[in-house]
Amino acid sequence: MQQLVCSGLSVGYEGKPVAPPIDFAVEKGDYVCIFGENGAGKSTLMKTLLHLQPPLAGKMYFEGMRGSEIGYLPQQTQTQRDFPASVREVVLSGCLNGCGWRPFYSRAQKQRAAEAMRMMRVDGLAARCYRELSGGQQQRVLLARAVCASHKMLLLDEPVAGLDVVATKEMYALIERLNAEQGITVLMVSHDVEAAVQYANKVLFVGKEIFFGSKQAFLQQGGAGRAFGGGHEHL
Amino acid sequence: MNIFETLGQYLQFPFVQYALIVGVLIALCSSLLGVTLVLKRYSFIGDGLSHVAFGAMAVAGIVGLTNDIVIVLPVTVLCAILLLRGGTKARIMGDAAVAMISVGALAVGYLLLNIFTPSSNLAGDVCTVLFGTTSILTLTQTEVWLCAAISVAVILLYIFFYNKIFAVTFDETFARATGVRTRAHNIAIAAIIAVIIVLAMELVGSLLISALVIFPALAAMRVFKNFRAVVICSAVLSVCCAVLGILASIVWSTPVGSTIVAADIVAFGAFFLVGLILGRRKKTA
Repeated sequence: MQQLVCSGLSVGYEGKPVAPPIDFAVEKGDYVCIFGENGAGKSTLMKTLLHLQPPLAGKMYFEGMRGSEIGYLPQQTQTQRDFPASVREVVLSGCLNGCGWRPFYSRAQKQRAAEAMRMMRVDGLAARCYRELSGGQQQRVLLARAVCASHKMLLLDEPVAGLDVVATKEMYALIERLNAEQGITVLMVSHDVEAAVQYANKVLFVGKEIFFGSKQAFLQQGGAGRAFGGGHEHL
Repeated sequence: MNIFETLGQYLQFPFVQYALIVGVLIALCSSLLGVTLVLKRYSFIGDGLSHVAFGAMAVAGIVGLTNDIVIVLPVTVLCAILLLRGGTKARIMGDAAVAMISVGALAVGYLLLNIFTPSSNLAGDVCTVLFGTTSILTLTQTEVWLCAAISVAVILLYIFFYNKIFAVTFDETFARATGVRTRAHNIAIAAIIAVIIVLAMELVGSLLISALVIFPALAAMRVFKNFRAVVICSAVLSVCCAVLGILASIVWSTPVGSTIVAADIVAFGAFFLVGLILGRRKKTA
């Protein structure tokens, strides 16, 4: 079942596209890896998919879900150093899109948050202050928040950037479990080509040329080396 | 016991009761939003907006309006929305815009007062507006009711939007991506803060409003590590400081506004120390 379809989607700022028009379709349960050099338009594409900025041209539509039902894991940014927030508060804030005009979280939403924390193995940290956690723990908290925001699709922006080897492995394992056991569609922007290709079933390469297809096709065509080497051949 | 007897006497006057009621309500409101403003790096907005309110007040005085809130409130709300509109484009200009509007309004307001003033004691009038010297002790019953109604509305709105305010403050991008209408919430926050500032001018005057907004929040953040505890603590602290400040100013006949702010500063110092001690204990443990 198709979940997200983009045809001739052109993304960019102030009328200037940063990448060629992009065509791709994501099925429910897919694990799509999005590659591209710095400045190739990956982040702009993500912002467009998240409705943070309008597409310049082309179509983008979701099936069986609302556009706001994407769970988003932002690139690790320096969150404000003095922000007082407990892990529970951060995770719960992911449930907000299900609230509508209701001012408070329902019991079901609180349970969902607790479940997400257990799944990401941060339930023991629930009362801890978010800013005092390690990088890996913080990413797992934000992943739990993303899961609260959506059971259908996750958009992960460089989820392992800045993490050490152990934390990276754990993060990938958690994401894979979400994809395999819960059937959540995963779109992941990454620099870590090898590891990402290991888990993904489809690849979207954003650069001077756009490639979209199965992982096998991507590898057969020369894979990452070819793609990052310039990709002159029309893929 | 002498102090308590004097206090007991004063507390029977309605004007003292009014001052306490209004003081508590304003302190409560300003500290609630203070947490958000400090965390969004808008600590100075209170200062800026209060100068705008001063300018508007000057204009109202010249035009001869007895009820100057009709002009002051809309103008301040409008400026607040312009400043806090949010979005990356506006934020580049953020601090410069606040400084510009704030100083500009102060200068123009004073200038207009000097040219057109009907009063002979100009310096005294300006000083009253800037430091709120005695106006809180001359409140009428209508003003108290108005202030109470607005404060209750602000508090209810804050509770109603509490979770959304948290989300917008903590991670605006995520909130927007998951469908929270962040722009509308930013405008609402701006409007509410403007209302509070216009109210608070009665209490501490326009120069000291920032203190009411930031000190309780900063003090609470020294000790507590989650959002809800910080909000509750800063509200309680702010109310205590306001009550103590007002009572102290009556007993020692000091200016109300600056006495409240002095109480806030002392409280901040105490919380700072407690924060240090707690932090050290955690490290050694």
